[in-house]
Amino acid sequence: CEDGVHNVTLLRSINNMACVSPREIGTIIYSLGCFPTQADLHDIIAEVEEDHTGCIPLDKFLPAMTKVLLEHKFPPIPEDLLLQAFEVLDKQKKGYLEPEELTKHMTEEGELFTQEEMEEMLTALADHKNNYVYYKDLISQLTIDPDL
Amino acid sequence: MNVSVVKEKGYLIKGLLVHSSSLAIRAALLIQRWYRQYVARLEMRRRCTWNIFQSIEYAGEQDQIKLYNFFGFLMDHFTPASSERNLISHIFRKNEICRDTEWERYFCYKSIEVSDSYIGPHLTFPMTFCGVSKLVEAFKHKQQLHARYVLQLLGETWRLLRILPNISHIAACHNKQITICGDLHGQLEDLLLIFYKNGLPSSEKPYVFNGDFVDRGKNSLEILLILFGFLLVYPNDVHLNRGNHEDHIVNLRYGFTKEVWGKYRVHGKTILKLLQKIFSWLPLATVIENKVLIMHGGISDTTDLNVIARVDRHKYVSALRPPKAPHHAANGSKTWTMTDRNGEAGGPVEGRRRVCSLTYRGSATAHRHELPRRSLNNAPLTSPLNWSVEEELKRRRRLAGFDQPYGELKKSDSDPESGEITDMDEWKQVIDLLWSDPMPQNGCIPNEVRGGGCYWGPDVTEEVLGRHNLQLLIRSHECKQDGYEFCHNRRVLTIFSASNYYEVGSNRGAYIRMGPDLVPHFIQYQASKTCRELTLRQSVGWTERSALRALREQLFVHKSDLISAFQEFDPNNKGMISLRHWASATERVLNLGLPWRVLRPQLISSTQDGMVDYHRTILIDGLFQISDNSILETMYKNHSNLETIFRIIDTDNSGLISFEEFRQTWKLLSSHLKTEISDKAIADLAESIDFNKDGSIDINEFMEAFRLVDISCSLPFHAQCKKSKGSLGIYTLKSIYRSWGEV
Repeated sequence: CEDGVHNVTLLRSINNMACVSPREIGTIIYSLGCFPTQADLHDIIAEVEEDHTGCIPLDKFLPAMTKVLLEHKFPPIPEDLLLQAFEVLDKQKKGYLEPEELTKHMTEEGELFTQEEMEEMLTALADHKNNYVYYKDLISQLTIDPDL
Repeated sequence: MNVSVVKEKGYLIKGLLVHSSSLAIRAALLIQRWYRQYVARLEMRRRCTWNIFQSIEYAGEQDQIKLYNFFGFLMDHFTPASSERNLISHIFRKNEICRDTEWERYFCYKSIEVSDSYIGPHLTFPMTFCGVSKLVEAFKHKQQLHARYVLQLLGETWRLLRILPNISHIAACHNKQITICGDLHGQLEDLLLIFYKNGLPSSEKPYVFNGDFVDRGKNSLEILLILFGFLLVYPNDVHLNRGNHEDHIVNLRYGFTKEVWGKYRVHGKTILKLLQKIFSWLPLATVIENKVLIMHGGISDTTDLNVIARVDRHKYVSALRPPKAPHHAANGSKTWTMTDRNGEAGGPVEGRRRVCSLTYRGSATAHRHELPRRSLNNAPLTSPLNWSVEEELKRRRRLAGFDQPYGELKKSDSDPESGEITDMDEWKQVIDLLWSDPMPQNGCIPNEVRGGGCYWGPDVTEEVLGRHNLQLLIRSHECKQDGYEFCHNRRVLTIFSASNYYEVGSNRGAYIRMGPDLVPHFIQYQASKTCRELTLRQSVGWTERSALRALREQLFVHKSDLISAFQEFDPNNKGMISLRHWASATERVLNLGLPWRVLRPQLISSTQDGMVDYHRTILIDGLFQISDNSILETMYKNHSNLETIFRIIDTDNSGLISFEEFRQTWKLLSSHLKTEISDKAIADLAESIDFNKDGSIDINEFMEAFRLVDISCSLPFHAQCKKSKGSLGIYTLKSIYRSWGEV
């Protein structure tokens, strides 16, 4: 996890910034291998945000981030659990989800997707020809590291 | 967000409590979490890739400035008799005192005949809309304009620019929209796409082009001719701002000079000379309705439009040739530092050093970057902060092989009266406009990364805009993912019009349309058809591969320094160090500010217990050994510098360089790098090169042979040679294999 913090520091230094913006906190935490919910993210942001300048100083953010990493607060989702989740949504046990099915669930339940997120998800995950989302293949492909 | 979490109990959706036993909801949550994580990781990779490209790009710019500082130093401190100085002195020749009429004669196109076999477009003057449209069509069909018409068009442009003011003023008209474009960098497809989407310039359709029309892309000249053509037809409705690449010395390195020579072998030199004048006469900024300020780079805390409006802008031919500054008398040990910003002389100021200081450690009132950047080619890891000038001179003299005693430092001119605006102040105003970048923190500090201009913060934006009663600052100069980006509370807007700038799929280009309400609207595009069809994942991957290739190249060319740095962590010479040490050493040598441990899997393999065999990498297996032919490594590391020096020396643009000139180039380079390169090493290198009968080599062939090409990810990293006339190519491979242990 020292690893992770080291990476964050270097990534921040790329933009020559001594601070992170709240919008980026999610990106950073996710990319360090954590899987918080949106609500979790809001909590973390609330903890470190001092004012509304949109600029959270690194020396405030890094300790909070380190804590998250050390406590393994947002562990990754095991593949089989993810598979089960998809199977729950795939009521007819087709082995795939139709775009309308997936859209309904993603945009109406849980921590709702925006329309933009939904469109992006379908572009990224749906099969080119018939637009179905073959979730079994996707899980193994995309869970470890997004590869080509 | 209308969902909030009640810990472990359930969810409040629009005020209704729903039990968490709803499986579907839990499933959805899980999938949403997983997907958002995936997207964030992609975004991080994209940013990392971006920064790799940007670091390498800016380091190149900084590198060039260092090279020219070095030349400037040579020019100032060696006797006129030295032959080495003569090689480079012509680029420092003072602005000629010939009158414009004499220049007009020199640039005269009239004696150039157009033969019957010429199939390109014929231009008539004065330029008309028809004429320019014809030109656009011709370039669309990859035709080349005859040198006669090029010189004629450029001559007319020069004449027009001379009567234009430094700052153009545009009034917003109630029924007209103004179009503002950013960097084009020789990418004709992007300009054509803009014209296709937005229409050609005209009185009804005014345009502002915000600099950096040339370099890097391969149609810089065509873009210039089109823009100048429209300028001639609609001088009140087409506005060109000078960019930092409208600079003949920068062009030597970044491809525009090469492009012109390649297309116009006979008249290239004249064309380039005329362009040099034209660039210096380009206006510096545009103001719309006294409210919106447009310039290429940016501002500094000292930016004053009243001063800028009054300067003789054509005096500032190149950012790398500042006006001579008065010297202070030598008085003991001096430091190579930037003048203290508060005005007190922190030591004697050498005119040229003002452009950038490699060893700037002055007191900055602003909050500084955490990791100062340095050039990729920075040989010493510690900076010589307190060398005395005399020591420096002695050492450089020796390295460059000069045996004459050098002249005394020039006597100081009388100091300018305080309060007077000096040439240096004016020059700084101009450079700041063309080279500066915004930063998120308050303050104003020198732009060490680029080597010119400064980084300015939101407080400076507010102050400068306030002082001039302006509401928006539009600039270019930096590539942006989406073609445009706001910062400083939406008071600064960056617009960049060269799509796919770093690589296919790297970024979109954009332009602005602005009506009388002065609200910017953006149109984005991407010139290449293929990349529009790529998914986010694919386009990230594509760009990433390219960036990683560039990065592996850097590892390859710096391997001597890297191995030394690794060995510091390996006192017992086991050949293994920890991942942490590997990352730390790599960052210390390359200084790119990149997350090495994230990148590690693409660059080097590690053992199970997190150790690294630093003599091997995944991709340069077998070749990663210390080379005993250090000259080759120097050559790769200094590829661009070498080429720049060659082109400077090749004054007659023959593309050929003699053996003696070749030897002198190496002497100059070794002096600049402060490394010793023995005469024998140079002689050996030269011997194997196929000098033709006249005893000269082709510059292009030589440079091509030493271009690194990464054949594929799974194979060892090869230096590939292009087919060349002589034994040049064979020499390359042979010597590399020899020096790295393969037979």
